[in-house]
Amino acid sequence: MPKYLIVGNSAGGIAAVEAIRQVDPKGSIAIVSDEPYPAYSRPAIAEFLMGERPFDERMLFRDADFYSRNRVETHLGVKVLRLDVGGRKAVLDNGEALPWERLLLATGGTPIMPPMQGLALEGVHTFVTLDDARRLRQALLNGAKRVVVVGGGLIGCSLTHSLLQYGGVQVTLVELRERILTTMMDTPTSQRVEARLRKLGVQLLTGRSVVRVLPDAPGARVGGVLLDNGEELPCDLVGMAVGVRPRTELAHGTPVRVQRGFLVDRHMETSAPGVYACGDAAESHDFIYGASRVVAIWPNAYIGGRIAGFNMAGDAAQYDGCTAMNAFSYFDLALASGGMFDPEAQEECTTLSKESGEVYRKVVLKHNRLVGFVLLGDIEQSGVLYRLMQEQVDVSQFQEHLVADNFGLVKLPRPLRQAWIREDGRVPQKATAPAGRAHKAVE
Amino acid sequence: MKRVYPAEEFCVACRLCEVYCATEHSQSRDVIRAFKEEQPPPTKRIFLQQEGAASLAINCRHCDEPRCVWACVAGALTKDPVTGVVNYQPEKCIGCWTCLVACPYGVIVRDPNRPKIAKCDLCPGRDVPVCVAVCPNRALVLS
Repeated sequence: MPKYLIVGNSAGGIAAVEAIRQVDPKGSIAIVSDEPYPAYSRPAIAEFLMGERPFDERMLFRDADFYSRNRVETHLGVKVLRLDVGGRKAVLDNGEALPWERLLLATGGTPIMPPMQGLALEGVHTFVTLDDARRLRQALLNGAKRVVVVGGGLIGCSLTHSLLQYGGVQVTLVELRERILTTMMDTPTSQRVEARLRKLGVQLLTGRSVVRVLPDAPGARVGGVLLDNGEELPCDLVGMAVGVRPRTELAHGTPVRVQRGFLVDRHMETSAPGVYACGDAAESHDFIYGASRVVAIWPNAYIGGRIAGFNMAGDAAQYDGCTAMNAFSYFDLALASGGMFDPEAQEECTTLSKESGEVYRKVVLKHNRLVGFVLLGDIEQSGVLYRLMQEQVDVSQFQEHLVADNFGLVKLPRPLRQAWIREDGRVPQKATAPAGRAHKAVE
Repeated sequence: MKRVYPAEEFCVACRLCEVYCATEHSQSRDVIRAFKEEQPPPTKRIFLQQEGAASLAINCRHCDEPRCVWACVAGALTKDPVTGVVNYQPEKCIGCWTCLVACPYGVIVRDPNRPKIAKCDLCPGRDVPVCVAVCPNRALVLS
C-alpha cells in the first residue's frame, strides 16, 4: 500500500517525490497521471511542434530511470475518478483503488474552453500537452495553412511562435483584451511584442473574440471562425489558448476546500488532514499582493510540491509564498517580469523606467520597497530584482540603480551583497528546506 | 562544497578571469585563437561588475538551495547530490529564461551564440577553476 500517493506527474508531483526521498528513503510512493508518459517538459512541446525536438530523453523532465531510482510505482495513462478522503483511497478508472496515508493533489490546470458552437469539430486543438502538439503537428504536415489562435497569452504566443516555423502558414491571433500578454507585460512591452508579431506577418486582432467555430462544407472539419463583430475568417485549424483553470474536480464531495484553486496552508496541506495540494491547481499566498491567488507558473509548482513533500514525510517545512515570476523568449524578444509590474492607480506606487533602443527597464516601488519589475532586452539581472522584492529590502538609497544599464550585485550596499554571497545559496526565507535539509555536498 | 568567492577588496577589475573563463569554454582553449579567430566567439561565465572603485567578479554560487534548479522547466539544471555542483545539460535547455528570473545573483546568462543559457561549471577536469588560477591578486578564492 503506498504511503504517499501523488496525483499528477509534472513539476509539483516530481518535486514532491524528490523532497520525500530526501527525508524518507523507504516509504512507498505511487504516482497517478492520466497522461501515459514519464514526466516531460511541458513548455518543450513548442520545440516538438516545430520539429526541432523529438519526444526522447531530451524532452524528459528527469532521467529515464527517475521512477525506478526513487522507487516510485507509476500508474500512467490512468485517471483518478474520485477520492474517498475518509477512507483514504483513490478510485481509478481502471477499477483499482489506491489507498494512501498522505495524498498530494498536483493535478495542474485544464484549458479553458469558452462556451461556443463548433469546438467539437476536427481541427480545434488546445496546446498544453504532448498529445496536443502531436495532433497539431500532424495537421500541419497534412497541409493546414491557415490557423486562428484564440488567446494572446503565453501559450497563444508559444503556439504562434512554433507555427511561424512552418513555411507558408498564415497565423491570425485573436485577443479579447486591448493588448496581448497582459499577465506578464505592461503596455509598452506588450506593444513591442505586437509590433514584432505584425512584422513577422501575423494578423493580430486585439479587442476581438471568436464567438463560434464554423464547419467546412462537408461539415466535420473546421472551415473558419466567426468573430464578435460578425466577420468570418476562413481557416483550417483553431488553437484554443484562452487560459487554464485549476483542475479541482476531485475535491467535489470531499472536505477539501476549493475557492479558485485548492486552498492550502503554509505547509501546503488542504482543509483535509493528510491531503496536500500544489501547483496550478492550488492557490498560494502572493507576498506582493498579500492575497491568496493561483500563481500558475512552473517554479511555483515545483517549490510548492517540494514543500508539500517535506511535510508529507514529516518534516515541517513552511512555504512563505510567491509572486509572479515570468520569462518570455519568443519572436527573438527576451523579457522578464515579476510581482506587481503593472499596478493599478489605487496602489499608489511610483515607477522608474528607462528605455534605450531595444532595452526597456521598469521597476515599481511602494513604501521604499520594490514590488514589481519588467525588463525587456537585457534580462540577466532580473533574479536580483526578484530577490530584492522577495526580501522586501528597503531600496530607497539605491533605487535609481535598479534601472541602470549595469545594474547588478555591485550596485547593492556592500554589507547586503556580501551577506548574499556568503550565505552559499541558502536564501534565508521563502520556501527554504527545514533545517538540515538544504543540500550540503560532501566536502 | 568548494565555491569561488570574490574578495572585492583585492579586485582591480582587470577582467583576466573573464578572458580565461571564455577561453576555457572555447573550442580551441587557446586565448589568442579563441578571441581572434573563433566563430562563434567564446562565452564567459564569470562577470566583472564595477561601481566606482568597487569591483567584483561573480559566477554561479552552486547554491545549497538552487532556485534555478527548482525553476528549470526542462530539467536541464540539476544539483549533483554528491559534488554539489549545479550541472547544466544544454541539450535539454529550451532557452525559456525562467532560471534567469530565479537566480538571486544574476549569474546565469543567455548564451549569445545560441538560444540557450550559459553558466559556470567550475571547470570540470581542473583542480582549481581557471578564474581562480589566473587571478593575479587572489581576488577570487576557492574555499
